[in-house]
Amino acid sequence: MLDSILFILSTTLMYSAPLIFAAIGGVLSENTGVVNIGLEGMMAFGAFVGAATTSLCGNPWIGLGAAGMAGLLLALLHAWASIHMAANQVVSGIAINFLGTGLSVFACRILFEGSTMTPPIPLENKIPPLFFGQYATVYLALGLVFFTHIFLYKTIWGPRWRAVGEHPKAAESVGINVYQIRYLAVLASGFCAGLGGASLSIAVVSSFRPTLIAGQGFIALAAVIFGRWRPMGAMWAALLFGASQALVVFVGGQAAIEISSQILSMLPYLLTLLILVFMNKKSAAPKANGISYQRN
Amino acid sequence: MKKAIVGILALIFCFNLTTATASDKNLKISMVTDVGGVHDQSFNQSAWEGLTRVKNELGVKVGYQESKQDADYDSNLETLLDGNNDLIWGIGFKMADSILKSAKQNPKQKYAIIDYSFGNTTPPNVVGVMFQAEEASFLAGYIAGKMSKSNAVGFVGGMSVPIIHSFQYGFKAGFKYANPNGKIFEQYAESFTDAAKGKAITTQMLNQGVDVVFHAAGAVGDGVIEACKEKKKMAIGVDRDQNYMAPDTVITSAMKRVDNAIFNISKDFLAGIYKGGTTVNYGLQDGGVDLAPTTSKLVPEKILKELEAIRQKIKEKTLIPPATPEAFSTMFKEKK
Repeated sequence: MLDSILFILSTTLMYSAPLIFAAIGGVLSENTGVVNIGLEGMMAFGAFVGAATTSLCGNPWIGLGAAGMAGLLLALLHAWASIHMAANQVVSGIAINFLGTGLSVFACRILFEGSTMTPPIPLENKIPPLFFGQYATVYLALGLVFFTHIFLYKTIWGPRWRAVGEHPKAAESVGINVYQIRYLAVLASGFCAGLGGASLSIAVVSSFRPTLIAGQGFIALAAVIFGRWRPMGAMWAALLFGASQALVVFVGGQAAIEISSQILSMLPYLLTLLILVFMNKKSAAPKANGISYQRN
Repeated sequence: MKKAIVGILALIFCFNLTTATASDKNLKISMVTDVGGVHDQSFNQSAWEGLTRVKNELGVKVGYQESKQDADYDSNLETLLDGNNDLIWGIGFKMADSILKSAKQNPKQKYAIIDYSFGNTTPPNVVGVMFQAEEASFLAGYIAGKMSKSNAVGFVGGMSVPIIHSFQYGFKAGFKYANPNGKIFEQYAESFTDAAKGKAITTQMLNQGVDVVFHAAGAVGDGVIEACKEKKKMAIGVDRDQNYMAPDTVITSAMKRVDNAIFNISKDFLAGIYKGGTTVNYGLQDGGVDLAPTTSKLVPEKILKELEAIRQKIKEKTLIPPATPEAFSTMFKEKK
């Protein structure tokens, strides 16, 4: 019994950590009014750069840092297009998604003799487990939630960031630099998504392949909305999704319970959909979310 | 001026026509990959290695079109149709519908498809190629049965489809053959991509006492192999030699030699033999499936010798590994 609970808990954390990273990225960006649909592409690029760097230099921490920077690089494009050029944020995000996966595969082929998969990283070069056999990235993700919460609600910066997302004109009128804050938020968002990708490619498994990031970015996006654009909320949403996946695996592995695995595997998505339908009565989206701001 | 342009166009058109009819002197064979591409470390790559061998050893032109998503199959086939190919290969069962449609619309074009059988309804211009994965899986199961110390092994499947069943029941039968009282845990991930799920499923199996895990689950298998690598338990790879993914723990792999099949059928085709309208089965006997060459690294000499005897029996058809749940249950009912 205790073993089962421990298994479900640890699987939940393993599954959720990448989602939490990306969801926090989404929270940061969207609180300042920039929709970031490109999380998926940023995760994919981060996953690739993380695995490639770790495999080439042998140090997972350098790999993790590089993954964050990779996500940040793509985010810079998104920021430039959607803040500076006032382009449609959704369109720019979709472009980032194509770019992230495409660029990863392209760079992978150049670096690793045409292979679309990075060489597997040996055990001693992976992100190490910290407590209870969980990877350091899991604790890093939880720490990031805590830090973001403090930042948004307990520091002098928080209200400024949120003001930019609610009413950029009013914020500008009291001397807040809207462009600067939005840029910072989108870059931070890319950094987080990159870490999320790497937490899959150098912790959960030990290599990148093009199908490694298959929808996690979009689930993280759902977690942002479901968590009402708050870091804690997004974390709980990601944990819920992870927990339902863990439950699916757990139930599927019990010989005593016979449920079709096809039906079971629908559960996490069905659950997310149902909760979104029933819970999201009052939307808490930042008012200026998705609207580009142009100085007069 | 206008006349000149029309004249040039007409000339180009004629030129195109003549090259099209002169193509039998200069044969060309191409393939369309399924989602994955020619460097997927899996069967698409193996297929391309086979075609590359065709080019190098038989001196014909070869080419490929990569599919990035399921929706690309039709347009990739169109591209090859326009490219004067004498034989078009579709790689993977996912392409079955597209190949069938294209074959019916272009009855003069010849096709072959990997991993799919249209059975009695195979169009006369299509050859289906199936692999008797159960034969290699049986050998892998035998190794698992002999090497498991806890007498419990696991199987992780991608999706519950006939192709995966041949791996599953072949493996189970091989395991039971070696270790009649052993226990086997089976679970499907319902995905070929979710590596985290593969890892979670395998971790649970290892917690339940399993010490050898076999997977037939594509990229989900990355997670399976990873979980075994971390817990220092044995894993068995699939399709290609996956020992490189965890050199100390992947004891063997049930390989599908797509390259051999593509080479042999293409070679026959060039010699004028084309078994259109039928399905060709590739097994141990003709090098279509086998265990990975790295097997001898981690599997003891004694077991390798026993395997040789079993391999012989399978080749002589005195032992027929089951590919379906039905065949599996009849095989083990008869034994009782």
